[in-house]
Amino acid sequence: MPLITYREAIRHALAEELTRDPNVVVMGEEVAQFNGAYKVTEGLLEKFGPKRIVDTPISEAGFIGLGLGASMLGIRPVMELMFWSFYSVAFDQVLNNAANVRYMSGGQINCPIVIRGPANGGTNVGATHSHTPENVLASHPGVKVVVPSTAYDAKGLLKSAIRDNDPVMFLENTILYGDKGEVPAEEYLIPLGLADVKRAGTDLTIVTYGRPVILSLAAAEVLQKEHNLSVEIVDLRSIRPLDIDTVLASVRKTHRVLVVEEQKPFCGVGAQLTYMIQHEAFDDLDGPIARLCTIDAPAIYSPPVEAEQLPNARRIIEAALATVAGSQ
Amino acid sequence: MKDEASAPSADHRQAPINAALDRGQKLGLYRTMVRIRRFEERSLRAYQAKKIGGFLHLYIGQEAVAAGCCSLMGKNDHVITAYRDHGHAIAVGMELPPLMAELYGKVTGCSKGKGGSMHFFDPARNYWGGHGIVGGQIPLGTGLAYALKYRGLKGAVMAFMGDGAVNQGAVHEAYNLAALWELPIVFVIENNGYSMGTSQQRSSAGELAKRAEGYDMPWGQCNGHDVYEVRATMDKFLTLARERSRPSTVEIDTYRYRGHSVADPDNTYRTKGEIEEYRRTKDPLQVFQTALRAEGVLDDALTESIDAEARAESDHAADFAEASPFPTVADIQQDVYWETDNPAERKSQGRLFFN
Repeated sequence: MPLITYREAIRHALAEELTRDPNVVVMGEEVAQFNGAYKVTEGLLEKFGPKRIVDTPISEAGFIGLGLGASMLGIRPVMELMFWSFYSVAFDQVLNNAANVRYMSGGQINCPIVIRGPANGGTNVGATHSHTPENVLASHPGVKVVVPSTAYDAKGLLKSAIRDNDPVMFLENTILYGDKGEVPAEEYLIPLGLADVKRAGTDLTIVTYGRPVILSLAAAEVLQKEHNLSVEIVDLRSIRPLDIDTVLASVRKTHRVLVVEEQKPFCGVGAQLTYMIQHEAFDDLDGPIARLCTIDAPAIYSPPVEAEQLPNARRIIEAALATVAGSQ
Repeated sequence: MKDEASAPSADHRQAPINAALDRGQKLGLYRTMVRIRRFEERSLRAYQAKKIGGFLHLYIGQEAVAAGCCSLMGKNDHVITAYRDHGHAIAVGMELPPLMAELYGKVTGCSKGKGGSMHFFDPARNYWGGHGIVGGQIPLGTGLAYALKYRGLKGAVMAFMGDGAVNQGAVHEAYNLAALWELPIVFVIENNGYSMGTSQQRSSAGELAKRAEGYDMPWGQCNGHDVYEVRATMDKFLTLARERSRPSTVEIDTYRYRGHSVADPDNTYRTKGEIEEYRRTKDPLQVFQTALRAEGVLDDALTESIDAEARAESDHAADFAEASPFPTVADIQQDVYWETDNPAERKSQGRLFFN
């Protein structure tokens, strides 16, 4: 199977969907002539031309709203936010309009729009550029939220997102853009709302998504080798819809749960997961559900300290050991 | 108050777009205006009788704007507006019973009781709402224009906003995009003089429509009490959009007789005398009625019957709303996602709703 980067996987998904459906348009800051701020859209302008690959001014409320309006009339815009952090200046368009138009019209209007871009910390850009809004987005019924961790998942999920008739928020990660993974040459789709067990294990379930999946996999190797702890890793891939069944099946096997997320603790995705797991699998738990989050403060700039603010392999190992110890 | 003339100027009446109107079309325009007013009056009574919840932003006094503008719509022309949206809904041809039922929160409402007064939609009639956040609908309207151009359709979007909206950032971002990409849209500022209880003088620097100049957009102004003038002005700018894909801004001076919403006591920022003066000299229904009488299109009997029909139609709409059932609790989670409303075609898995 060809080995390609997460970035290339997203680009291939865009190119395939642009080819398949003439209503698909890619729009955003620097996506065309500049080849993408993170080079995700490199080469697409050359291949598809300026009608399909559209540079916008730095004007998120304007162009996200424009994309949404166009989607009501049958266009399928894939909007790039250079950083998901910039959604704050388009909040009204994303979460008042995209999330609510179908509802307020009594189901008469669909908004088949995808808004994609990186949403992560860990790159020393300070608090304003390091938001991870998947919890905020997912708390708005009407939108779907996807956070892929691998090249394979990113491609298959983005293609499904573009074909989806509901607004899909697609959260990538700048640190993962260069990561390579096996991606088949032939076309495939991954349905939204289907979690993936990235590693099988018997002693502890780590429920996670996005870059912490990769960090958890590294941690699991160490936990197996040095602590003889067999960790199962469930990658949610999609936050809303949520595949809670795969999570519960794992919990019923391991009886211990650690949720790892690049989220602030308060009302993070893990808070919802924790509620659901205890509610639906209480008798299967051998101990309290643990969470490992970003340390609760705005993203610090200082590079070595930011690495400690986020979940990292060392913190995951410590949290996993504490979780298992706490339930013995 | 500029003038006391209660007859529209002959120039506007003779503009080609108005000269081309036959008797039936003129009566249709007048009837639309009367129906808007009677519907609004009937809805106010329903509100006072506590049949309607939340806000009710009445369009009384502004009828010639929506009626005039929407009468110019062709097959590929589209309309989007803000929360004072009943007039536009009636002007694009929506029936009164589902509108009144929506106000009553009934399942037979145009949005199944899920939108309320501020959120009327009818995409089949190219009517895209009905939006509650000041200025938030303007980027959406710009997107409709983008879609028209992308699909090669010859049409135009009318994106309505109030005078207060021109101070919102989203409006200016939309102006820039529309001008930059030459999108077929007319931004229509319905200037009723007050953003809620704050007069234009206290809220907005400079001339409102003139802000378009900063974006290299043509702009115009006209009176909104004369439906002929509204049509003659808008026709020019709609033609520019349809034929040359050029955006523009048109400021239409109008006036609302009622408060910002019915919850507005309307006694802190203007005088009763001001309202009475407008009603006496510029009432859009009266102005058009006078013109049509002079043209021999209307007489006493016809005026009366149009009015009686509009009152009866509004009463019938209220009866329909009253007799209709409310949505059920089970309906709350319908119309959220296309996928859950179309389960046979659902591709995603997992839970979409939580408790």
